[in-house]
Amino acid sequence: MTDILAEKTVRWIALAFLATALASFVLPDWIVNNLMFGLARGLAVLGLLVLWRTGLMSFGHGLYFGLGAYTVALLESYVGITDLFLRIAAAVTVAAVVGFVLGFILRRYRDIFFAMLSLAFSMVLYGILAKTEALGSTDGFSVSQTTIFGWQPGNKQPLFIAITAFAFVAVILVQIYLRSTLGRLTTGIRDNEIRVEYLGYSVAQAIHIKYVISTALAGAAGGMMAMALGQVDPDSMVYWTVSGELVFITIMAGPGSVAAPFIGAVIFEFLRTYAFELAPYAWQLIVGTTLLGIIFFLPGGIWSLLEKLRGSGGRHNV
Amino acid sequence: MSNQPILSVKGLEKTFGAVVAAKDINIDVTKGEIVGIIGANGAGKTTFVNMVTGYLKASGGSIEFEGRDITGIAPRRAVHAGLSRSFQVSQVFMSLSVMENLLTALALARRKGTSLLRPIHEAVLVEECEAILKHYEIADYRDQTASTLSQGVRKLLDIAMAVVGNPRLLLLDEPTSGVSIEEKFGIMDIVMSALKSEGTTVLFVEHDMEIVERYVDRVIAFYQGEIICDAPPAQALIDPRVRELVIGEEISTSDTGEGGTEMANA
Amino acid sequence: MDTAFTILLDGLTYASYLFIVSAGLTIIFGVMKILNVAHGSFYAWGAYCSAYFVGQFAEMGLPDWTGFFAIAGSAILVGAVLGLLIERVILRRMYDQEEILIVLATFGIFLILEDVILLVFGVNPYFAYQPMAYLGSIELGGITRDVYSLTLFALAVVIAVMCWWGLNKTRWGLLLVAVIHDKEASMAMGINVQAVSVATFVIGATLGALGGAYIAPTVSVAPGFAVDVIVLGFAVVVIGGMGSIPGALIGSVLVGLLRALTVHKMPELELFVIFIVMSVVLMFRPEGLFAPAKARKI
Repeated sequence: MTDILAEKTVRWIALAFLATALASFVLPDWIVNNLMFGLARGLAVLGLLVLWRTGLMSFGHGLYFGLGAYTVALLESYVGITDLFLRIAAAVTVAAVVGFVLGFILRRYRDIFFAMLSLAFSMVLYGILAKTEALGSTDGFSVSQTTIFGWQPGNKQPLFIAITAFAFVAVILVQIYLRSTLGRLTTGIRDNEIRVEYLGYSVAQAIHIKYVISTALAGAAGGMMAMALGQVDPDSMVYWTVSGELVFITIMAGPGSVAAPFIGAVIFEFLRTYAFELAPYAWQLIVGTTLLGIIFFLPGGIWSLLEKLRGSGGRHNV
Repeated sequence: MSNQPILSVKGLEKTFGAVVAAKDINIDVTKGEIVGIIGANGAGKTTFVNMVTGYLKASGGSIEFEGRDITGIAPRRAVHAGLSRSFQVSQVFMSLSVMENLLTALALARRKGTSLLRPIHEAVLVEECEAILKHYEIADYRDQTASTLSQGVRKLLDIAMAVVGNPRLLLLDEPTSGVSIEEKFGIMDIVMSALKSEGTTVLFVEHDMEIVERYVDRVIAFYQGEIICDAPPAQALIDPRVRELVIGEEISTSDTGEGGTEMANA
Repeated sequence: MDTAFTILLDGLTYASYLFIVSAGLTIIFGVMKILNVAHGSFYAWGAYCSAYFVGQFAEMGLPDWTGFFAIAGSAILVGAVLGLLIERVILRRMYDQEEILIVLATFGIFLILEDVILLVFGVNPYFAYQPMAYLGSIELGGITRDVYSLTLFALAVVIAVMCWWGLNKTRWGLLLVAVIHDKEASMAMGINVQAVSVATFVIGATLGALGGAYIAPTVSVAPGFAVDVIVLGFAVVVIGGMGSIPGALIGSVLVGLLRALTVHKMPELELFVIFIVMSVVLMFRPEGLFAPAKARKI
């Protein structure tokens, strides 16, 4: 399995992540912050990519994003933990466990039913959070500075590097997964579920596994976002518009490569910052138009555009 | 153990509401037999295949494979037990290449422990697939996307995928339907010689009587959900009931070649 | 006893508003199999136009009751213009695409139209209370209520009856039902499915706009007005049955009463009880309580 590090794509990705981490030493704070948000969100989109390749789109991943974020916040306010590794581990675990349980239900659905049910589940969490005092209701919680083995850094840079490292590891793991038979089954299931069953493998189980992977990634993403932002609340972490943004980035980035989600998410963050500065009342217009543009003119997303420019074929390079 | 039939179907029935698709089906198949299943459209042939392979739940009766009761089990468990099937309308992974289709099939058939987490393009698997492609004479199409294949090649791929797990009993649903006249015999020659060399027991559904005559040891004729004849081809094809209710109707429909939408309705 | 009455009244009022909004959504889904996120736009635009025109009429010195014409006019205007525009420009090109992509496209349309509202109407809220003031208030069950909210209920009933009559008693309704059940068979029978789809979309849009237009005098119409409505509309449609008017009716009543009950008895559960019901329905009867459409589970 270590031969994966010899692959060209992986080398480029490693280079990109390394460059990003190093860039944090020279770039201004606001850029680093946006990159951080982009990387975090990109991780959640990576999870959606795995599902999208299977032919499923979740409209409710805000559930896991929010669970990850709130786990970090509650861990601090109730137990006093602010350590980076514990925070991420907790966020991933909570999200994955809930994903595992809900996966038993969701794995039986497809298309619009899968989308609607996942949306419904996420709104249930929203409703609980928004109305429960002990969980912060609509005000949410603030999240203090992340510590690393007890050391309290002076600024967010160590957090940024840590997030970059985690994201890189996640990307490699997903890449390995997608190259394996089980990962390849994404396309198989999307193309022909009956055939998969007749080759002796349970489609429901395969989907369940992919679902849990996507929820774990979304949970990690939410946790990282909470740490990066310093604040959690239901509207920015769980509401259906959060899930909608993730879906938008997934489509915009395209399913072509494990790097695409991060490129898409980072573009999204910068686009949002610029849009709010230049034309505060046109952000939704921009997103909506981009979405329509991608659907009509660039169904493979931005990644397919990059591939065309580089001259490679239309096939996935995973 | 050795004279136990490999497949034993007793009193098998299937009703869809008021429609009787199968009634009192009794068949014993010996190991290594090649059986042809004939009958007009809607006679119950594909329903039978669907029930034996777990795609449909029987309304009554039992199915035993190698002495084990497999009535009502899911398709993937039937596959694990040693059965397999091909489809009237080829069920392959359209957006993958021929090689990738086969690799997926082989990797799933060979799975053990966490083997599914290993890369799919492993040398060992690739070698075996190359051999299978050669055996089925579709090596030329190795890297072609399945959606661009001709019907005949796609059929061969479908059958190859059904066979990689070395099933002991194989059910082929209209292996030559949708295939041009020129290709029909070519395909059956390839498939049957490959299967005979493995000693696989084969049941295949077929409309074309020439094909049936040439390859089978035994013919089972269906009519309106019931078996009306079960005999060696020489006998069956001159049986008056068969001539009237199956072949008679066959001659008028055999030009169209298509098997209808039985798979979709199943 | 008073509380029970209040809950009933509140529930039915809320149900009426939900029904008007989701009737349009469910018709569109039934005929075109599209879950139209942009339905929220019809609602918002209907509300803004209505609020604007009511305000204009008042400024021109016209009596308060003319506001009702503003409401009706806005609904029709928005339904026709936006409905036709969206169908012609976007949806027409998407009929053979995957469902999910169509839903996403309607989401994109919704986002665009949200910002266009800001460009056209500005960011300040609109208060157009005149029609509500005109009808005055009445005492029921010991609580003073405005008559306007009660007319909401009457409007919902009228719409329900019209839908029932339209679908069951007219030739055109028959065509609609045929297309809902089987689009391809309808085409084969010579029904102009394209025309039916367009007409349905416009009618659905008008109903959505009417919901917003009628609600406008009771609230302050401000940006972000439609966002919650979309998800509630989805919930009702899913619960009642995607494509069934009786389903939307029952779904609205169920959701409305449930919400009223929780608001009065267990306020913490208010927001999510609707989505629990939606989840339960999706899990045990994905086709909804009443649907003509088939469940697409594997």
